[in-house]
Amino acid sequence: MAKRVGIEVSIALAEAVKLANVDVIPAYPITPQTHIVEHLSEVVANGELDAEFVLVESEHGAMSCCCGSSAAGARTFTSSSAQGLLLMSEILFIPGPMRFPIVMAVVNRALSAPISIWNDHQDIMSQRDIGWIQTFADTGQEAFDLMLHAFRVAEDRRVSLPMIVNIDGFTLSHVVEAVELLSQEEVDQYLPPFKPRYRLDPRKPITMGPVGIPEIYSEAKVAHNEALKASKKVILQGWKEFADLFGRQYNPIETYRSEDAEVLLVTMGSISETAMTAIDTMRDKGQKAGLVKIRLWRPFPGPEFRKAAGKAKILAVVDRCLAPGAICGPVGAELRSLFYKVPGAPKIFNFIAGLGGRDVTVGRFEEMVDKALVFAKKRPKELYEVIGVREK
Amino acid sequence: MKEVRLHGRGGQGAVTSAELVATAGIDEGKYAQAFPSFGPERRGAPVTAFVRMSDTPIRTREKVYRPDIVVVLDSALPSLVKVSEGLHEDGIVILNTSMKESEVREKFGLDSKLAMVDANTIAREVLGLPITNTTMLGALLKATGIVGTEAMEDALDRRFGRLSEKNKAAMRRAFEETTVTG
Repeated sequence: MAKRVGIEVSIALAEAVKLANVDVIPAYPITPQTHIVEHLSEVVANGELDAEFVLVESEHGAMSCCCGSSAAGARTFTSSSAQGLLLMSEILFIPGPMRFPIVMAVVNRALSAPISIWNDHQDIMSQRDIGWIQTFADTGQEAFDLMLHAFRVAEDRRVSLPMIVNIDGFTLSHVVEAVELLSQEEVDQYLPPFKPRYRLDPRKPITMGPVGIPEIYSEAKVAHNEALKASKKVILQGWKEFADLFGRQYNPIETYRSEDAEVLLVTMGSISETAMTAIDTMRDKGQKAGLVKIRLWRPFPGPEFRKAAGKAKILAVVDRCLAPGAICGPVGAELRSLFYKVPGAPKIFNFIAGLGGRDVTVGRFEEMVDKALVFAKKRPKELYEVIGVREK
Repeated sequence: MKEVRLHGRGGQGAVTSAELVATAGIDEGKYAQAFPSFGPERRGAPVTAFVRMSDTPIRTREKVYRPDIVVVLDSALPSLVKVSEGLHEDGIVILNTSMKESEVREKFGLDSKLAMVDANTIAREVLGLPITNTTMLGALLKATGIVGTEAMEDALDRRFGRLSEKNKAAMRRAFEETTVTG
């Protein structure tokens, strides 16, 4: 039976990985890290989980080891953050086209310089195009549930792709809150054993990852992209079966009080919780504001987003990443493309908020909605604004 | 919803106390969050930790700006840090102090409701160490009833194993000796 406990979100996520009965965990997280692999190293050392904990020499080595382990047919997990994720970067582009269903928890944090260990989405946005499936959790419960969903989807033979579950550093990863931990029996009902279609086996040799000469490279890249796009069906199915078994339904795009909203805030990650409180506050004042949360970031659920937000007049899109020299933030740019030349599309304004651990408060969300209303009447010079920056 | 800020020094267990209160509340069926003040922590430097406790799901991840309850683990801290910063009008400050109420109010400029206990003496006598985090939980429970004693003791058992008896004894003695005024 599931058990409701007070637990640090990082530990709850690690418990989900343990319940997924992973085979290999290659890790050597550099600062800043979390308790995720620390806890997993303990459960492996205590004999609670029969897995290989491979202490590699760096995050670059961790992801390389993940590729080898997944190729050999082992259920493989690792976790990273910020500079560590960047140290993996060279290898992160490999498991997608190689169709290795590695599962990774990325604890989102800012990038140096200046040196920061605090939360924003610059790390994962810098790795946006690595070709992994990517989801975002808003709460500890979601972090736990999405982790199990990730193994289920990634390893499905129709998908066979790597998958990242993103959780916000500190503001989610280090918080103790109530999480309902599923039992081993319950997890086993949901998550079948990993049975790869192909694996490296000396008794049955195959070639993986030969050179992609110009005559085949485009086809290989397109095949990977098509697989990523097609994974949505399995992602949705995975969430539906999770809901059927455990009663919690997840959707690629979630809405809150959005039906008749004039302005919709668009968020991704744990600030969505605070945004819900902000929406309640604004609704109490008679303002027609609502919220759209992006849970599935890659593949981007375009039709679902258009359905959820297409009727609003104004979108106030919150990015947790400043893209230097760009026209706007990555989520802002995605949604501008989605609605480009769509008749009756909402006006889109982009706010960059919560960089490097700056608190995103209820008041900040109200400010963004107010500004979006002003911008809708008088178009601003820039397509985005960084919220709450001191100029003196 | 009640919001709590704990003041301590790095190494005194403010974060542990926050986690213990939150898990005890969750065990009682409530909703709770506990989190540290995120950043590089150093032994001995002033630190804060936070708890939110509610009967309904908590939908905010803001920092705590307007605490209802402030708990100060270290008797010297109120001279260094304005512990009543942002305190709610009807909020309470819970102090580890051996001073009289009038002295405390004058020296630290506190005009809110107060709860006081000499946690240093209790911790030294019961635990044999001047670590006051679990002792001060007794004062918190007495002054606010934020969680029940039974749930709190269960949380201590889980956290400290064989060391929990002494911590529970320190907590119970602080519960008895805490005075609430004004």
